[in-house]
Amino acid sequence: MGDLVRLTTAGSVDDGKSTLVGRLLYDTRSVLADQLAAVQDASARRGSATLDLALLVDGLRAERAQGITIDVAYRYFATPARSFILADAPGHVQYTRNMVTGACTAQVAVLLVDARTGVLEQTRRHAAILALLGVPRLVLAVNKIDLVDYDEAVFARIAKEFTAHTLALGYPHERVVSIPVCALLGDNVVDPSAHTPWYAVPTLIEHLDTVPVHGDANRVGLRFPVQYVIRPRTPEYPDYRGYAGQIAAGTVTVGDQVMVLPSGVRSTVSGIDSPHGPCTTATTGQSVTLLLAEDLDVSRGDLIATAAAPPRLTQQVTATLCWLAQRPAHAGMRVLVKHGTRTVPALVTALLSRFDEQTLCSIDAPESLALNDIGRVTLRSAQPLPLDDYAHGRGNGAFLVIDPADGTTLAGGLVGAPLPVLDPTRT
Amino acid sequence: MNAVTDLDVLESEAIHIIRETAGEFDRPVLLFSGGKDSTVLLHLARKAFHPAPLPFPLLHIDTGHNFDEVLAFRDHTVTHHQLRLHVACVQDWINDGRLAERADGTRNPLQTIPLLDTITTHRFDAVLGGARRDEDRARAKERIVSLRDTFGGWDPRRQRPELWNLYNGRHRPGEHARIFPLSNWTELDIWRYVDQEAIEVAWLYYAHPRKVYLHEGMWLTPGPWGGPRDGEPLLTKTVRYRTIGDGSCTGAIESTATTPTQVIAEITACRLTERGATRADDRLSEAAMEDRKREGYF
Repeated sequence: MGDLVRLTTAGSVDDGKSTLVGRLLYDTRSVLADQLAAVQDASARRGSATLDLALLVDGLRAERAQGITIDVAYRYFATPARSFILADAPGHVQYTRNMVTGACTAQVAVLLVDARTGVLEQTRRHAAILALLGVPRLVLAVNKIDLVDYDEAVFARIAKEFTAHTLALGYPHERVVSIPVCALLGDNVVDPSAHTPWYAVPTLIEHLDTVPVHGDANRVGLRFPVQYVIRPRTPEYPDYRGYAGQIAAGTVTVGDQVMVLPSGVRSTVSGIDSPHGPCTTATTGQSVTLLLAEDLDVSRGDLIATAAAPPRLTQQVTATLCWLAQRPAHAGMRVLVKHGTRTVPALVTALLSRFDEQTLCSIDAPESLALNDIGRVTLRSAQPLPLDDYAHGRGNGAFLVIDPADGTTLAGGLVGAPLPVLDPTRT
Repeated sequence: MNAVTDLDVLESEAIHIIRETAGEFDRPVLLFSGGKDSTVLLHLARKAFHPAPLPFPLLHIDTGHNFDEVLAFRDHTVTHHQLRLHVACVQDWINDGRLAERADGTRNPLQTIPLLDTITTHRFDAVLGGARRDEDRARAKERIVSLRDTFGGWDPRRQRPELWNLYNGRHRPGEHARIFPLSNWTELDIWRYVDQEAIEVAWLYYAHPRKVYLHEGMWLTPGPWGGPRDGEPLLTKTVRYRTIGDGSCTGAIESTATTPTQVIAEITACRLTERGATRADDRLSEAAMEDRKREGYF
């Protein structure tokens, strides 16, 4: 097998998202006979005449009882070319935080709309969240196309409206594809539909199988948060001292000049130990152990970066927050910030703006940020943090905001202003 | 390193999670049963800290209904890699009255209390487990770092959002985290990795002749948990185990697969899930796993 692709889904209530996911699993033969038997049994008990594919994915008792999806569910399916991790995010407004969870690591997002209703406010908001979180590729699945008699004009109107919206969010046309589907009957999901002769290929799965997911150029250089210092002190390895971590951005090669932050000390990479043994170079996403030429004081929480292009070291952070907790954000709030492997106390110094989902504009100087709000803030951290803009890569531009009292995750933070429409200076 | 494959991505993700656990928590422990998932987890954990020894001990909850062959493999692995293992025996809890034997004789659900008691006694604050999201619908909703209250309970509606690869391990005294580095692995990934890394797994996973009897559609082995009932003849079959839990509720499947490659071919062609094919404990109800997890199960 080759690539591993991280996918997420988004859609409003009743767009048929669980059915689409069920259809993807069913038609890629990722659903096995006993799971199918359980769904057939449950469909029959609920009085459903046809196989309710949504029951494949709604896993919790409350979800099946209410017929809705409450929490992100992770699904796994594979084609001969790729394997997929699908984070299936619920469509309810109150569960938008789950969508942020699914989107922040996704390489491709599938948005659903109902062909009868077209692009809704919630569709626009979801697309904006996907853009904000840097999902590189979007697919619009225009579902229930059978209920508009497979009408090409309806599809074309919805696709045009959507691409106009995503263009404004910064997506060039080649990164957005619209596909007419009927998840319930399977049209254009895995198999091409006989009812849409006006639609040229690809089907949804053909597109997911071929859409480019690599090749986003590294724009910042090496970023390596140190997780753990490996010092065996055994007779076999008396002097071994390695810095374990996962490469957040860039590549590293033996001989590279690096800088340790926040101390600013320079050194040279003298060795790289990978899970498969020593190697000469490693790239983004790999968990490795770096050996440095000099014996330095490096510990968990430090960042090893390209010496020629280190991140800026700052205590004043301007960031966009996705607020995910019941307790609202306000100026003067004391929080913890976890960036890379470092957790430091911080103060919310000001709320600059809040994204208005209705107008897609920002409202200046809000009183607070509530659950599911997205807004720009300034923070002051107790110690300097080595930051890059989120727009230059997710790896070193993201952080968590944590409640120091009970450890709750309050928000996901994105350094800078990744989405231009959220920037008050632009509206 | 060469081109990055899907297994490389899963491997790096798991190692990152294991290292975060060691970095963020004071007293982690790794659940090791001798089953294939925990064997792969242990392999990854040893890689994560190589060439240093594993910085935390292992824990096994022994139901008393485990297969002898698997316990032997567990002990062989511990000795071979010079690891530290804690064992909590369900039988001890039954003997002193903290637990009572169930009417149906199964001990799988009885593991929860000894697990929670042991976590409390040793003040473990992070418990690494080999559970995978593809095993069950309730597990599909589990976080990688999953906070448990003082009673070990899992509340699916109060889970922390999990963003990027930034795991939040903060917890209050008495709380602990269950951590699942293999969350994104499938059964097939596990076997492809066993094949790639030439990992030794318990031999019950490979086809062998065995005396078994057919009970409610599953091939069971007689043991301390009971034997065939009237009308259930004992037969010698060539079988292997696809999952390994208690002898009382884990069925073998007829198979001729004796190598990882042959197992991969068999799973790829099979039309049943591993749990559906072999686990009576998950057939109890549509939400059997969710209910056990809420009570503090793995």
